[in-house]
Amino acid sequence: MNIQIITPDKTVYEGAVTLVQLPGLDGSFEILNNHAPIISALKAGAVKVKTTDETLLFFDISGGVVEVLNNKVLVLAE
Amino acid sequence: MANLKEVRSRIESVKSTQQITSAMKMVAASKLRKAQNAILTMRPYARKLQEIMQNVSSGAESKVENVYSVQRTPQRILIIAISSNRGLCGPFNANIGKSVILRINEKFSTQYKSGNVDIFTIGKKGNDFLRVRKFAVLRRDDHILEKLSFETVRPIAEELMAQFAAKKYDHIEIIYNQFKNAAVQILQNEQFLPIVQNQSQNKGKSQIKTDYIYEPSKEEIIQELIPKSLKIQLYKALLDSLASEHGARMTAMNKATENAQEMLKNLKLSYNKARQAAITNEILEIVSGAEALKG
Repeated sequence: MNIQIITPDKTVYEGAVTLVQLPGLDGSFEILNNHAPIISALKAGAVKVKTTDETLLFFDISGGVVEVLNNKVLVLAE
Repeated sequence: MANLKEVRSRIESVKSTQQITSAMKMVAASKLRKAQNAILTMRPYARKLQEIMQNVSSGAESKVENVYSVQRTPQRILIIAISSNRGLCGPFNANIGKSVILRINEKFSTQYKSGNVDIFTIGKKGNDFLRVRKFAVLRRDDHILEKLSFETVRPIAEELMAQFAAKKYDHIEIIYNQFKNAAVQILQNEQFLPIVQNQSQNKGKSQIKTDYIYEPSKEEIIQELIPKSLKIQLYKALLDSLASEHGARMTAMNKATENAQEMLKNLKLSYNKARQAAITNEILEIVSGAEALKG
């Protein structure tokens, strides 16, 4: 599964991952491989990303939206 | 005919001016590239956001009502004029100022007479232009152009949105130069608030719709997305204006360098003519002197 985290200024992160944890409006949730298509609004918090080589990365966002479609995760962060 | 020394010093001064203008042109070109890059990186974000918004709103049955989409009779108007901090960029800033004045005279003259039109300038030059013409500028914000980033634009957009929501303004407009290419800027007059509902985008509806899970609900997502897209709109206007500014300056400086070249050519010609005349004169004197001696 691929992830792309973009802000209006730049692309923050792009790469293959196995797990993404996102701060949804109604609480934090995780996305694994082959997740069903989802669009969700995010609140301020940290996005946790586990890359294919098992390293954990964290990105702080102050809100945004996420779209998951065909194993592509797109985070529009602020 | 001008004397030699005069012409020589003029040639020197034109040369140094030309050096300055061509250096400014170079600087503007490199800044333009940077500004263009910023636009290019912002575009995918804006496009994606638009896509998601369309996706969500096409699924929502009822038209979503939002504080930012309420149409009120425009009584208190705010005009945001985006210009630049520095001059020497052709008609760039004057165009903005003129367009603001035209807009006030044409559309909002009644509101202006009762003192209900406020002007918010971003950029020093636009501010000066309007002030000289006796238009009261309510607020100015020049420093954000120096280091333009989404982080600095966001608080301003949020403030404007809050003012609209609090009914301090009924109508907010942005006037700015849109970037087309380095030589061409298009003067834009965009309505910032209330939100313009664009119907024209329904034509792409026939494409296959993916069944998304919406979380929390479509309505709530839209409520989240609208402020975001507004911030993006303001940010985009600023980025566009910045790129246009550098483009305009580059063109203006290019023109100036060319003109200096032309002037140098003419000056050199008259310098050589003067020199030639002086030499001819001298020879004439010598020859006639020799003739006189011969007797």
